[in-house]
Amino acid sequence: MLEIKNLHVKLQDEDKVILKGMNLTVETGKVHAIMGPNGSGKSTMSYVLSGRDGYEVTEGSATLGGKELLDMEPEERAAAGLFLAFQYPVEIPGVGNMTFLRTALNAQRKARGEEELSAGEFLKLVREKAKTLKIDADMLKRPVNVGFSGGEKKRNEILQMAMLEPKMCILDETDSGLDVDAMRLVADGVNALRAPDRSFLVITHYQRLLDHIKPDVVHIMADGRILQTGGPELALEVENNGYAEILAAHGLTEAK
Amino acid sequence: MADALTAGPGFVPERKAAAERLGAMGLPGRRDEYWRWTDPATLNAPDPKPAQAGEAEAPLFDALDRLKVVFVDGVFDAGASDDLSLAGVEITRLATSAPGWAEGLYGTLEATGQVPVKRPFAALNTAQATDGLLIRVTAAAAKPINLIYVHKSETSDPILHHLIRLEEGAELTLLETGPAGARFNKAMEVDLAKGARFHHIRIQGPDQERRAVTHIFARLADAALFKSFTLTFNGVLTRNEAFVEMLGDDAMAHVAGAALGDGRDGAFHHDDTVFVTHDGLRGESRQVFKKVLKGGAIGTFQGKILVKPGAQKTDGYQISQSLLLDDDSQFLAKPELEIYADDVKCSHGSTTGAIDETALFYLRSRGVPEEDAKGLLVLSFLADAIDEIEDAALKEEIVARLEDWLARHRS
Ligand SMILES: Nc1ncnc2c1ncn2[C@@H]1O[C@H](COP(=O)(O)OP(=O)(O)O)[C@@H](O)[C@H]1O
Ligand SMILES: [Mg+2]
Repeated sequence: MLEIKNLHVKLQDEDKVILKGMNLTVETGKVHAIMGPNGSGKSTMSYVLSGRDGYEVTEGSATLGGKELLDMEPEERAAAGLFLAFQYPVEIPGVGNMTFLRTALNAQRKARGEEELSAGEFLKLVREKAKTLKIDADMLKRPVNVGFSGGEKKRNEILQMAMLEPKMCILDETDSGLDVDAMRLVADGVNALRAPDRSFLVITHYQRLLDHIKPDVVHIMADGRILQTGGPELALEVENNGYAEILAAHGLTEAK
Repeated sequence: MADALTAGPGFVPERKAAAERLGAMGLPGRRDEYWRWTDPATLNAPDPKPAQAGEAEAPLFDALDRLKVVFVDGVFDAGASDDLSLAGVEITRLATSAPGWAEGLYGTLEATGQVPVKRPFAALNTAQATDGLLIRVTAAAAKPINLIYVHKSETSDPILHHLIRLEEGAELTLLETGPAGARFNKAMEVDLAKGARFHHIRIQGPDQERRAVTHIFARLADAALFKSFTLTFNGVLTRNEAFVEMLGDDAMAHVAGAALGDGRDGAFHHDDTVFVTHDGLRGESRQVFKKVLKGGAIGTFQGKILVKPGAQKTDGYQISQSLLLDDDSQFLAKPELEIYADDVKCSHGSTTGAIDETALFYLRSRGVPEEDAKGLLVLSFLADAIDEIEDAALKEEIVARLEDWLARHRS
């Protein structure tokens, strides 16, 4: 599904290199988790995959279903099935959440040559999905993320994911700042979307999210690359012992 | 501009007084404090610069039950207008009617209002207006009145003056649409008695070559409500002045505007000049002005909240903002507060910014194409101004027009 090969990325306006030869393969239908200290480049990786400005890819490639992502506009990547749940969802005053969702959904359908949803069809769908995420009518009407609590913003990200039905979902610290109940709602939302043709890349600091969203593969990332890959037990090991040992094995320290 | 001899028959003393005021003031120049950013030369010139009428727009407010009053190049067109009878409202023409109830009122609001802003074009208008309506409302008007200004002649130079009086507790929604002429001078005096409610929605349509200087003069008695929203598209030069005098207690006045200009269609210069005076207790005023500028367009805002001694518990708010869609465009703002009472809450702010890159990326990452995403962010930027329109149907119409404009002006 997603294949990142030897990806090197620096900031466009500075000499700072952030990704230093990143390799990662996420198979179709699998859930991969990435853990790693702050500043490892996890968010940068997800932004680069989604096409945010400000970064320069100096080497390497990233493909989705065999198609080169890095040549596409952000909206083309979305239509191709990529979705990023933002670590910090963006507030957009004056644009209703519903309008936003409908515009996005129909734009993607149009880009894929599919029929756009009518207002009625859309409403039915969004109400159904919102209900399972405990998103009420008021939250749907309000401007995108404006005045939403941290938990509401994250649930809103999952609602977008549920509506857009992407093939490859990247969740960037979707659990951070959530209490136990909110995290369970988010995890249930994600689990409901698990499907044989859909893959997930879950970026998190905490084992606790992975208790709810069970990963097939766990990667440890630091200093712009993947240091180690293993099964779910790797997450437990990090939870108990921290990153120090793994970092040390690669000649790194927990400098930050 | 039009000859005084061709002015309407009534209001001779009022017109004479206005002509004298104009004589004393003289026409404005760039050295006048409130004309520093807007060059009045083409407005001062004896003849207008020729202007082609823009392509026909989708008819505005078409689905709305309203009383239509049509002016073609500034002349009332009875054939195109509805019958001027409306329950709760008396409507007569300035050009042909005896002054009646308006005697002694015509020109009064224009002549008073906040100093030190000189308003020579308004005095000129009072002196020389050739047509317009005298509207007296005694109850809740049965439906909105829509003044439709049609621009046909390349050299039309209309001067229209409307005088509107809402008696105690009366209500009216007034709609104005269309460009009116090659050069348009309009004054509208609105006198609101106790508890009267006046809503004004105006669309200054995409008529690229027109020039316009317009004035609103409002006077509010106790608990009166005045709400005005203007949407402006293009136009070589538009100066919209509003002077609101809140004389009564518990009055509320909101003046808002959204202007969108693309200099690539020709020059674009839009000027909002707004002066609100609080002279009663517990008055609430809001000024919300937003401009979206591209292709070398220029927007200016000069606005003041004046709180007179004794106008305690005033709540005054003013915001002027611009969204610059490229580096060529320019926004100039002069926000002012002048406060002579101690127990008041007043705030003002002015900002200039570009499209928020983070928001743009967020929308695009959801699959919204770049230009559509920019359109959404423009609507997002304008939302506070549009929200000043209370009526949902009118608001929808305004948003639809905005979307049309945005669709025609992709980068
Ligand atoms: N736009 C930026 N400008 C400056 N530094 C940046 C920028 N984006 C990322 N960085 C730096 O790159 C490193 C990786 O950041 P990030 O991708 O956010 O890491 P993570 O998500 O793993 O915490 C950090 O040192 C961060 O400060
Ligand atoms: Mg991060």
